[in-house]
Amino acid sequence: MPVSIADTVSPSWDLLADIQILLHYHFMQNAYLAGTLVALTAGIMGYFMVLRSQSFAGHSLANVGFAGATGAVLFGIPPIVGLFLAGALAAVSIQTLSEASGQSRQNDIAVGAVFTASLALGFLFIFLATAEYAANVYNVLFGNVLGISDTDVSIILWSTLVLVGAFLLISRPLFFASIDPDVAAARGVPVRALALGYLMLLALAVAVAVQIVGVLLIFALLVTPAAIAQDVTTRPAIAAAIAVALALIFTWVGLAVGYFTPYPVGFFITTFAFGTYALVRGGRFVRDRVVRRRLTSLPSSRVGGEG
Amino acid sequence: MMTDLSATSSLTSAPAGLSPIIQVEDAAVVLDRRTIWQEVQLSVQPGEFLAILGPNGAGKSTLLKAILGLFPLSRGTISVLGHPARRGNAAIGYVPQRRHFEAEVHVRGRSIVRLGLDGRNWGLPLPFLQRGKERDARRRVQEAIDLVGAEAYADRPIGELSGGEQQRLLIAQALVTRPRILALDEPLDSLDLRNQQGVAGVIRQISRETGAAVLLVAHDINPILPAVDRVVYIAHGQVAVGTPEEVITTTTLSRLYDTPIEVLRASDGQIVVVGQPEEEVCYHAGLHR
Repeated sequence: MPVSIADTVSPSWDLLADIQILLHYHFMQNAYLAGTLVALTAGIMGYFMVLRSQSFAGHSLANVGFAGATGAVLFGIPPIVGLFLAGALAAVSIQTLSEASGQSRQNDIAVGAVFTASLALGFLFIFLATAEYAANVYNVLFGNVLGISDTDVSIILWSTLVLVGAFLLISRPLFFASIDPDVAAARGVPVRALALGYLMLLALAVAVAVQIVGVLLIFALLVTPAAIAQDVTTRPAIAAAIAVALALIFTWVGLAVGYFTPYPVGFFITTFAFGTYALVRGGRFVRDRVVRRRLTSLPSSRVGGEG
Repeated sequence: MMTDLSATSSLTSAPAGLSPIIQVEDAAVVLDRRTIWQEVQLSVQPGEFLAILGPNGAGKSTLLKAILGLFPLSRGTISVLGHPARRGNAAIGYVPQRRHFEAEVHVRGRSIVRLGLDGRNWGLPLPFLQRGKERDARRRVQEAIDLVGAEAYADRPIGELSGGEQQRLLIAQALVTRPRILALDEPLDSLDLRNQQGVAGVIRQISRETGAAVLLVAHDINPILPAVDRVVYIAHGQVAVGTPEEVITTTTLSRLYDTPIEVLRASDGQIVVVGQPEEEVCYHAGLHR
């Protein structure tokens, strides 16, 4: 636990000097490197997740990762491998179940069923493991960004390259399929293959991101930045860029504040994300109210468009 | 069963020397051992405006999807521009039967129109490297938006637009490839009367200005009646083709439905069909995915 170090450092309020302090220790360099890479993919993934209304699926893939990670510890394989395997398996089941049901409302039920079953499995794995794994469970749930090894960093680097490369390739047809699957299919876009492919990529992104924020707080990096981005712009490329930028800022600032205070990094990343989300939503709400009042106060004004 | 009433009419016979843009030969669709329709013969000329009519579940959308290559035939052939019907044909602009975009879809209409042009392409465009291409793409998107008269709200989030505005942008999306054929599945459905007339006007104008053949599935022919060249009427697995005056008659519809039907014409030309069974047995519900 880095708490003992953090207690002795305080920021100098000189940005350059602070950055030097922040990046002085190797574990912080690793934390920043891993955090940056994870935020990059989480921002892109999240944009599509919000667009496809699959935030519940993403949340569930993360929770399925709980079984994967605890199982990995039990069977002695690297947690990230366990996380990805569990996520990929869940992605296939979610896709198969929701295709069989064919309705979006049934979709949530399918996702929920998979997700609860895997939580139960994770529970069994913890029960089977000995007490020394208890700390590990804590890391899986809330992330352990300050304990990231060099091997972890290189795994994260490679998966980020795979994810970004895959996204450069599929983002346009995936966007089409997400917005309007019927027309996309008629135009020759492989809608179902893309749906499964997206969930697989999501499983990989989640497996990587869990190291930073843990399965319970992953919403902060996946969904919140993307939700804010879609609130402030209607242009897809710009929205994706804003989602990435916000995920980066939350991670960087969260790491810095976590370093200079005795409190956990995951808490700060999540809180900054939530605070920004609340501000943007609140701002929009107020603006809409003001606009509506101004419109209704004008006698000749026409509220709303046609129809 | 198939009746081509147009054979008896000089109005609808194909102009000599023009090859048909769509040729349907002896086509049939069987689903779960139930024949949706069979022995369909149809040839569509360039620029022709066809209305596909009939009760719910008669297989109107299925005919459209078969032409788009989205639904396999059980028998017969369909050729589009001289080639067998296939999925992803850029020569056909398609607007499927519409449910609305949900209010939270916060993507501007212009981006959705653009999808019609290059949404199926892999990889990402690099606007700063291919300026000419990008400018051309933007111009075509603008052209399609102007054609449907959607400029005023093309940059607003599509989820916040009215049904009629969304429908116009989706038609623009179908038009952006400058298709030879425009396939519209109940584009006037779920619109209020004023928007029905507005969108119908846009479709009529498009068929005049672009010279594209229009295949339009409709419940009610009246809003588009002035533009319609021929009607394809599907009921009870039977199909009749001809001008509205030929097909929508007491005799033809009574024969199609196998029950007495009366067709009345109002003084303004509007058609009222009396005694028409409201719903066909819904054996085709399984087709919607």
